[in-house]
Amino acid sequence: MPMTITEKILAAHAGKDQVVPGELINAKIDLALGNDITAPVAIREFNKIGAEDIFDRERIALVPDHFTPNKDIQSAEQAKIIRNFACKHKIVNYFDVGRMGIEHCLLPEQGLVGPGDLVIGADSHTCTYGALGAFSTGMGSTDIAAAMALGETWLKVPESIKFVFEGELKPWVSGKDLILRIIGDIGVDGALYRAMEFTGSTIENLSIDGRFTMCNMAIEAGAKNGIIPPDEITRAYVERRCRRPFKFYHSDPDAKYAQVYRYDATEIEPQVAFPHMPENSRPVSEAGYVEIDQSVIGSCTNGRIEDLRVAAKVLKGKQVHKNVRLIILPGTQDIYLQALKEGLIEVFIKAGAAVSTPTCGPCLGGHMGILASGERCIATTNRNFVGRMGHLESEIYLSNPAVAAASSIRGRIVGPWEVE
Amino acid sequence: MEIRGKSWRFGSDVDTDAIIPARYLNTSDPAELAAHCMEGAVPSFPSGFKTGDIFVAGKNFGCGSSREHAPIAIKAAGVSCVIAGTFARIFYRNAFNIGLPIFESVEAAEDILEGDELAVAADTGVITNLTTGKTYASAPVPPFMQEIIAAGGLINYVANKFK
Repeated sequence: MPMTITEKILAAHAGKDQVVPGELINAKIDLALGNDITAPVAIREFNKIGAEDIFDRERIALVPDHFTPNKDIQSAEQAKIIRNFACKHKIVNYFDVGRMGIEHCLLPEQGLVGPGDLVIGADSHTCTYGALGAFSTGMGSTDIAAAMALGETWLKVPESIKFVFEGELKPWVSGKDLILRIIGDIGVDGALYRAMEFTGSTIENLSIDGRFTMCNMAIEAGAKNGIIPPDEITRAYVERRCRRPFKFYHSDPDAKYAQVYRYDATEIEPQVAFPHMPENSRPVSEAGYVEIDQSVIGSCTNGRIEDLRVAAKVLKGKQVHKNVRLIILPGTQDIYLQALKEGLIEVFIKAGAAVSTPTCGPCLGGHMGILASGERCIATTNRNFVGRMGHLESEIYLSNPAVAAASSIRGRIVGPWEVE
Repeated sequence: MEIRGKSWRFGSDVDTDAIIPARYLNTSDPAELAAHCMEGAVPSFPSGFKTGDIFVAGKNFGCGSSREHAPIAIKAAGVSCVIAGTFARIFYRNAFNIGLPIFESVEAAEDILEGDELAVAADTGVITNLTTGKTYASAPVPPFMQEIIAAGGLINYVANKFK
């Protein structure tokens, strides 16, 4: 029977020849992830189970990245719980401040995730790794606690929706714009419980960083996972990183999909998602006159080197508007260092931006750029819910890095061509 | 077991930042989380709420982050169960895992008004609106998840394997 890439990976990890949508399976996991918000709860629950130890000290990753470097005493206490647990169980992949990065930028970079893997994480954006042709999905802390003890988890095999993009992208259009466009079309629950598979010639030519961005936001359409067929671009990324053997899976040509959406990618413009839902996306040319107080470039969605290069291209030789705070957060230490070597950090600082050590920080209203009442922010992050970045009466507009950079120069939401 | 309580209405796409804003996630203490439950929602936590009352919402309740703190806050605030048209996937799993009863019914979510007195049969999922006399079937719970409920949550279920 024909299967999709998602079904094939799930079948392989459940020890079955085939699986069908709706089927409940027990699947072996290649990696389980927790962060400084979710891991303390997972550890508390793990300790209730009565297991002598974790299932595999190399297959658990703990990344304190949300409120770190610790923003207050309570956050420090949370981080300490993780540090002590990592030490007690000799967890190999524990990344403390200084080696830490935003988890979904860090784990692929460190070669901890590869094509064909099954990864679960106590963070909703765990779906990011589908960019490498892996099945990965977010869960809660208790699920991760159980997985840390058992090395397996239960899953319902999802139906798949296929999104086919054909044609060359316009200048300044990126993976962020494709996924914002999809969410605008299908809504924040348009892929509820389902797998989103991104294919077509546009995707085949999309950079690995653009692919990470697309799969990262699958959860914003309610999906269980986002996934992209692995190819030579994938191979070039994982070959020199991946610490474990990996395997390429591909959907059968006659695999069954719940729905198929087709897009002419040549017509897609940079998108902006208006408050207060990622589904409120529209082309930036239709944004109207929206003044901003802050611009944030970073996060697990758009904190990678390609994102910083695009931002620097827009900001080079320009000045951030006097009424705007531009905050740039490289996703990992390696990305930060690379940006430094390429002179990007100098461009940012000369333009008047603040550059931060890696952290999720402002994306979830944690620290490093909280909004006051009535303030507006354009951000390359993933959610613009009410109060997400601060005060309940603040607003978030989501965009790609080029639009966020250009808007920080102009003081209102504009496309990058307006500041060229 | 029958759950009885008064209905408090919320809209569709109530996200986890609305249920428990991230600034309170530097703790996992249920009582502290309960104190800020629905602080980011519009409307926010109802002032006339009595322990045992029921939340009723539209589609995609609990969308957004994976924070288990969201169902923990709702449960610790004294909410006996949540009825919604649909639940976001991660919230759905989390609610079962921590023992917050949830029921999916598009019809009930559309019909029930704020202040209606409700009775929910936890084992069958039948929802009765005592104010109008109307009954609703909720989406069946997969047998495997019924086992989790019977064990008293996922941790007890897994702990039994280690005994």
